[in-house]
Parts: sequence; C-alpha cells; structure tokens
Amino acid sequence: MVNTYDVVIIGGGPAGMAAALSARKTGAERVLIIERDRELGGILQQCIHNGFGLHRFKEELTGPGYAGRYIKMVKEDRNIDVMLDTMVLNIESDKIIFAVNPAQGMIEIHAKAVIFTMGCRERTRGAIRIAGERPAGVFTAGAAQRMVNMEGYLPGKKVVILGSGDIGLIMARRMTLEGTKVQAVLELMPYSNGLTRNVVQCLEDFDIPLHLSHTILKVHGKERVTGVTCAKVDDNRCVIPGSEFDIECDCLLLSVGLIPENELSQQLNIDMDALTSGPIVDQFRQTSMPGFFAAGNVVHVHDLVDFVSQEGEIAGAAAAQYANAELSAAEKTLKVSGINGVRTVVPQRISIADGQAQPVRLFMRVAQTEQRVTLCIESAGEMIQSRKLPIAKPGEMIVVELPADAAARCQDQITVSLKREV
Amino acid sequence: METVTRRLSCIVCPMGCLGEVTLNGAEIAGVSGFTCPRGEKYAREEVTAPKRTLTTTVRIKGGHLPLLPVISRTALPKESVIECARFLSNVEVKAPVSEGDIVCANILGLGVDIVAARDLN
Amino acid sequence: MTNTAKADVVIIGGGIIGAAIARELSKYSVDVVLLEKGPDVAMGTSKANSGILHAGFDAKPGTLKAVTNVRGNQLYRKLHKDLGLDIKYTGSLVVAKTAEDMETLKDLLVRGNENNVPGLEILDKETVLKMEPNLAQDVAGALWAPTGGVICPFGATIAFTENAVRNGVRLQTECLVEKIAVEDGKVIGVETSQGFIAAKYVINAAGVHADDISRTAGDNSFSIRPRRGEYVLFDKAVAKLVNTVIFPTPSKVSKGILVSPTAHGNLFVGPNAQDIDDKEDVATTPDGLQEIISGARRVVPNLPLNASITQFSGLRAAADGGDFIIKQSDSVIGLIHAAGIQSPGLTAAPAIAEIVGNILREQGMTLNEKADFNPVNPPKSKFHALTNEERAQLIAQNPLYGRVICRCESVTEGEIVDAIKAPCGAKTVDGVKRRTRAGMGRCQGGFCGPRVTAILARELDMPVTAVRKDTNQSYLFFDKIPASCEVKSNG
Repeated sequence: MVNTYDVVIIGGGPAGMAAALSARKTGAERVLIIERDRELGGILQQCIHNGFGLHRFKEELTGPGYAGRYIKMVKEDRNIDVMLDTMVLNIESDKIIFAVNPAQGMIEIHAKAVIFTMGCRERTRGAIRIAGERPAGVFTAGAAQRMVNMEGYLPGKKVVILGSGDIGLIMARRMTLEGTKVQAVLELMPYSNGLTRNVVQCLEDFDIPLHLSHTILKVHGKERVTGVTCAKVDDNRCVIPGSEFDIECDCLLLSVGLIPENELSQQLNIDMDALTSGPIVDQFRQTSMPGFFAAGNVVHVHDLVDFVSQEGEIAGAAAAQYANAELSAAEKTLKVSGINGVRTVVPQRISIADGQAQPVRLFMRVAQTEQRVTLCIESAGEMIQSRKLPIAKPGEMIVVELPADAAARCQDQITVSLKREV
Repeated sequence: METVTRRLSCIVCPMGCLGEVTLNGAEIAGVSGFTCPRGEKYAREEVTAPKRTLTTTVRIKGGHLPLLPVISRTALPKESVIECARFLSNVEVKAPVSEGDIVCANILGLGVDIVAARDLN
Repeated sequence: MTNTAKADVVIIGGGIIGAAIARELSKYSVDVVLLEKGPDVAMGTSKANSGILHAGFDAKPGTLKAVTNVRGNQLYRKLHKDLGLDIKYTGSLVVAKTAEDMETLKDLLVRGNENNVPGLEILDKETVLKMEPNLAQDVAGALWAPTGGVICPFGATIAFTENAVRNGVRLQTECLVEKIAVEDGKVIGVETSQGFIAAKYVINAAGVHADDISRTAGDNSFSIRPRRGEYVLFDKAVAKLVNTVIFPTPSKVSKGILVSPTAHGNLFVGPNAQDIDDKEDVATTPDGLQEIISGARRVVPNLPLNASITQFSGLRAAADGGDFIIKQSDSVIGLIHAAGIQSPGLTAAPAIAEIVGNILREQGMTLNEKADFNPVNPPKSKFHALTNEERAQLIAQNPLYGRVICRCESVTEGEIVDAIKAPCGAKTVDGVKRRTRAGMGRCQGGFCGPRVTAILARELDMPVTAVRKDTNQSYLFFDKIPASCEVKSNG
C-alpha cells in the first residue's frame, strides 16, 4: 500500500510540528509527520525545565508545556497524519520514502515535498578522545537527561560534568535536585557557553564549582567510573603540564556539543555546510535538492525553541507552495557567508525570483566572544545593514532582518562580518 | 550602617542583564543596570528574599510514561527548593493527568502549588 | 557448599582460543565445559585487537606461529560460511618508505614463501599508490599479500562458542577458576567461584592469566607479560581512506601501527606496544593515542581525526620465549596449555584448536566423531542488509523486527531479542553491541543505549538497575534516591 502526501515531515519535534501546521495553513491538503519516538514533541519532552516560549507565547513554559501547545494544534487538524514509533530508513531523490514500524511493517510513502526536522545528536567521548578506561557511568548529558526525566533512573550519584553549555548546566541542577552530588562542572573555554541565568540558577545556587579553561584527560574505573583526571588548559587549549588533579565521581556527563542529524541528507548527496554540519539552505529552507527542505536543529543548532518553530514555519509554508507548484524557481542565487569573526550564517543562500518581496532573516553565530563590535552585512563593497553589538557570544544566535528590497538589489554574494572598534 | 553593593545577573529572561543593588544594612538603597521592570523586581527580591521556580518530576501510575514533569505555579523560597524537590520524589499520582492539575497543593506549607507541566494519559 | 559437577574436558577462558577449542571438541563425543570469568565470552584480548586475518609471512618459519597462521587462514574460508563470520578478504600491504624497508620486504617475501603463503608479491611505488591513493606520497613500495584480510574477532569468538554450545558444550559464565586441582601429578579438576568441577583434562586458554592459572597447578614453566596496544576507531563515512590492510614495515618488537578497514566497514589505526605490569589495565592513554595517530599519519597523512568515534586498548599475552605455548604441561599430566597467544592468534585459532585435539589424542583420549555434529550456525537476520521485501516478510513473522532501536546501524528490536535469547546469548549492553552492532555507530549508544538496557531488563526479567554494561559489576543505572536520605540544603 502506498501512502501519498503533499508534504512529508521527518521528525515530530518543535520544528516538524510547526512545519506541519504552517504547511496546512499555506494550502497543503495532506501532511504527514513521521516520528521515531512513541509521542510527538521531540527533545522538548525531556526538557522539563522552564524558559521555553518567551517570544512565541509570551510565557515561560517547560519543554513539555511548549510541545503540548503544538501537539494540541496538530491533533486538532485531521489533515495532518502522524506515524509514531516509525523510523525512516531511506529516501530516494524522487521523494519516495521507506519507513518501518512494528504495526505496519515496511511503509512506502510518496511525497511532493519533504522536510527534514530530525534535530541533532550529541558529541560523544570517542569524538573528543578522552583517554582512560571504559567503565559504566560515562553518558552524554542528553541521554542522561532522558533517563532521569522520562525513564526514572539515575546515571550516577556523584557526578562530574564536562561542558558548561546549557545542557550541562541544566543537568547540574537536575542531578542536584535528585539528591546526587555534583562535584564540578568543567569547561574547556575561558567562558561558559550557556545562558547567564543558567550559570546562576544551576551552579551558583548550589555552590557547584565551575572550572573554566579545564579539560578531562582520563576516566578511571574498571567496572564503574571511580573518578576523572582533569587539567587546566592555556589560551590555545593545550594542557598545562603539572596542573593535573583528580576528582572522585561515579558518573561523567558529557555536554560537549550537538551535531545535526544528517544521515538522510547525506544519503541524498545534498550540499552540506561544513561549519554548521547541516544542509545548505536558502531563505525558504530549501536544500540544494529541489523539494527537500530542512528546519530546526538539523540545519544549525539553536538556542531558543522559538526560532526553531519559526524556521519550521518557513519551511512548512515553502514546502506547501512547492507541492502545489507555487514556489517559483530561483532566477538568481546569492551566496551568504560569515567571515571575520562570524562563524556561521543561515540561510547560506538567498533565492531571488520574480516578485521577491519578502524580508529575509539571517541567523548567525560568532566564532568567539567579542565586545563592542558592529555586525556588518555587505555586498560588493556596499554596506546593506549593520548593527552595533555591545557583546556577541558564540552561544547566542544573532538575528538580523534584511529588508525586502535589500537582497533583491544585490548582484553578488553577501558577507556578514564583525568590525571591531579600533 | 555598612553600604554594600552586590552585582547580580538577572535570571528572569534569557538576556541575563548584569546590574547592581546597593544595600544599606538590610535596606535597599539603589538598583541599577537592569533593563526592564521585571529585572528590577527580581533584583530587589534576590537580595532580600530570593525565589526560584522548581521543575522536577513525580511518579505517575497507569500512564504511558512512568514520570510526570511538574512545575511550581509560583516561585518558591530559594532555600527550600531542594527540600521540595526531595519531597516530590516520594509523590505518586494516577493517570490521566491534565496540564495544570495540582499535584501537590501548598507544598511544605509554603503557599505554593506544584502542578502538572503536561497532559499524561 | 560445592556443586559436584564433572566433565571430560574443562577449557579455561572464553576468548577466541578457548572458543575455537570448544567448537573443535564439540565435534566429538566428549563432555566439554567452557569456563569464562566474565558475563560474556570475548571479554579480554579477543574483543580488543586488530581483527586481522594474517596471510602468514611475518612469523618465523617452523614456529607454531607460522604453521598455525597459514593453516588457520585456510580453515577460515570454510568456517566463514558455516559459522556466519564477518570476514572481508581485502588483502594486505606492508608499506616500505626507505631502501632499508624495501630490503625488509624482501626478507618477508622469502619468509612468506617458506611458510607457504600464496600469492605474495613486491609491488613498486606506482602500483601501490594506484591501489591506495591516500598513502604518503613518499612510499617506496609494498609487499602485497592477497590472502590477508579482516575479521571481526569478538563476532568469531561468539560464533565459535555458539556452535560449540549448539553441539553440546556447556558454557559457564561468571565462573572464575581459582585453582587447578592436582593429585599425584595429575589433574583432577578445577576449583571455581561456582564450585568444584572434576575433570581429567584442563585446557589452559586463559589469555594474560595463563601463567597465573598454570602456577596454581604447580607448573611455573612460563610467564606472561601483558603488552598493551591502543586503537582509534573511525566512522564508516571515512572508511574509503584505504582499501586494504596497511602495515608499516615491521620492527623487531611489533608489526607496527596499522591503518585498516574493519570487517564491519569502519576504519581503525593502531596498535602501539607498551609492556605493562597490571594485567587488568586496559586504559587508553593520551600519549598512547598520540603515538598511534602520529604513527598512522606517517603512512596515511590525511587521517580524518574529527571522524573518530571511539578508542580502546587490549593486552597481548606476550610469553617469554616468543612462540605460542601449545603443549601438554611438562609437570602436570592432563594440563594442556594454549598460552602466550598474541598475533597471529586470531588467525591461528582454528589451527590451534586442531593441535589441542591432537594433543588430547596423544594423551590417550578417544575422540569419536558425533554423528549429529552440525557445523553450521543458523544464519542471523540482519535487518540492515535485507531488501525491503525481505524486511517486510521478517516483520510479518515478528513485529519486533519493525522497531529500529539503533538508528546509526539500523538494528531492530527483533535482532536484539534474538541476540539475548541465542545459545551463548548476550547478558549485557556490550554483549548486545558485539552481537548486533547496536551502539557501534557514530552516536556510540547515545540513542539506543537506554533502549537496549530496557530490552535486556525485560528479556532477562530483571530490573533496569541490574543491567550491566560489560563486566561483572558494571551496573549502569541506579534507582532514584528516596527523600528520607540525608540531603544537603543550600543557604
């Protein structure tokens, strides 16, 4: 039995659900969300802390609360089908999707447009090559979060956390509230990548030491973790000899980076951005392969779920138009790239078609923390837009909107850079 | 009377404004650096009677998941957060639960209700 | 309280050697028990080595190493299909960089010919670079051995054991042998953590502990010093870096740091060689990892370090003396050693097993062939390798094959349950990993780990908190802490 849809969305988290609703609003008749977990919501369901939705709903919701709003809207629309407990195995370039679940077995789905919203996975111990033994008790922070918040088990009772991004900070608090002892949070960089509010609420509130410019050299323990050896690093992130010290623990949580989940995009040989690790997309979130769109963490790792939903909406609307043969092919494609302190920019392309009249939002991240800089958006030597930034951090995405006519006027590529105060 | 200036980062929203509160003994003499009224309110509270929102889980029986995420409807005194979290670890509710249902009213007599953060059937 | 168990033959050690011997003996009407101290087989060196099917040119002619290497390589051709082994016949290259290296290659060629290794040839620089464009451009030439390849070493250990068990061998895991019991200079049995087992013949295949075990019987004739080797494993996406097993020109001490595909389609580099004292020390070290990365780069300069997915190390059981120790003990009748097995032990395993069988015959044991011996393991369903039609059929039989648990390697719940329920089944998360590959992909169990844990708990009817990662006490998760426990409150 073949299932045919206008828009098929792979991944039922905040990006996917927003895309589905937006696709429907834009005229797609039949929309399908394929989700591998037992319910919609994606990673939000395990993010039980609050702080979500300040922009979108003007409230601070928990992750499940934010997800719940979208799940309700998706359920209310009978033209959005949802397949749960279903894994997409592969996709062909003609938009034929093969998926599998226990109830239906092998499923073949034909789509007019496809949206990738698979989110991201966590960087592992093996990817950063922490030496030592391989005992039980080393987990990525997100996997541990799922066990604590959804399955009901603790990954350990005396914890060291590597990485002071938001996930590491949130888990420091979570583990403390569960009655375990968090010995320390270690951070390679000289600053924390997470929100200041999280450093306060998750570490300072509980007197959990934060060791900046530190790394972990070795994990100890034959059967279960018994401790870690840490060391200070210099400005080049090289270990300072003689600075090694041990911390006793039975659990090491790694919060060392998120990587967009791009198995399917790579299968299709879609053009990828080596810096974001996601596909190269235009302002409609269309990839290099027509009719294949992407949104959310699968494109670039976000800090705010509100932007994830926004990106999902853009992709959903464009996919619906594409499915209805209403998305004009680009006559001209502008390359957008970050230079001189700006590490990543999304979208990496702007497609100009007749009647291109919408403003384009650019989302970027800087390579390192800088103060008193000006973000400059230029093309062919001409300044299109600029914004003064008192402080720019890699952990906080910067959003700038290009007015409708600005992009259309550009002939050449657009660069986004930082100009530092002399 | 000793004048003390405390520097604080606001935690109300992700902006995390850095400001200052000047105290004359136990009285607030001045607040500066916070860019919105909520921030100012937070700063005043933080130096006198700090509060925090608690999010954690309770056990749930008969649901499709074993745990229910819960949130304090209003903020709790900061120093009682851990005690409340530990108290809730012994609480078990029965499915179905709707978002907003009270899971624990007036927790530990602090005048704050703990409510379900999601529907769980 | 002791069990009065008995067997004709006790094999100590569930590594590749013990497993191959068990399978060999399972052909005969002999009561065999295989004892392993860990929860699973392949817990020691057998799961942490280079996984190479050696052609056999390296070992000194006339040694046991040389003879068993070549014979083992041949035997694997049939065992491949019968046992369902993961083997890729990639061939291997020993790469020379200098004129001196080229002379060594010539010596290896002579040695290989003496060892009856087929097809050896010295290739010139141009041919080598055509075969392997990612080699360092300053290679001088290479020795090509077409019968070399790669084999999954823990998969082989499990497969040998499974076939042995299917043919009547008893496997006892979590059974530590404390002493070989000897009376009047003859073996009478073994004292274990699970009680005494009476037996006339004991095969010592105890890996790095073979000398310790031998000493409990009063045989001090050899000693084993562990020699550690570290490895870095890379993502399948970069496996095309090399097509064959790349050896550097060997030194006197070791075959050197390899760059090689694995039988499952990954890429690895390693091992180094460090003599250590602690027989339980399988840690990787920052210096060791740097050493193998630098060593590998001399041969393959563009190592994609950002594609590394895991690191591990293993201990070679290096015996004083240099050759395998496969013989009846000189001082204790009934004690047969299969010890000091380092490279090419994996390749040699089936041949070593044959020799042990012959030693038993020489010792007076009658080995009558079983009429119902079945050399074949039933083939395993491997979802990732099936066509969509085959997948649909599989799911129709059992819906659990329709739930993908490990998405990196496309492993389904059905396969995981099979791995747990099979003879010599998985009891731990890593046991599932070694049988199904769930957890061996780029996310290294981040997604599937908790799910595999839950499946083990369900299938083995135990709480999640009782599930172990790998070793006996490697519990993964704890119950949440009830509120009555002492809690630190903040000010």
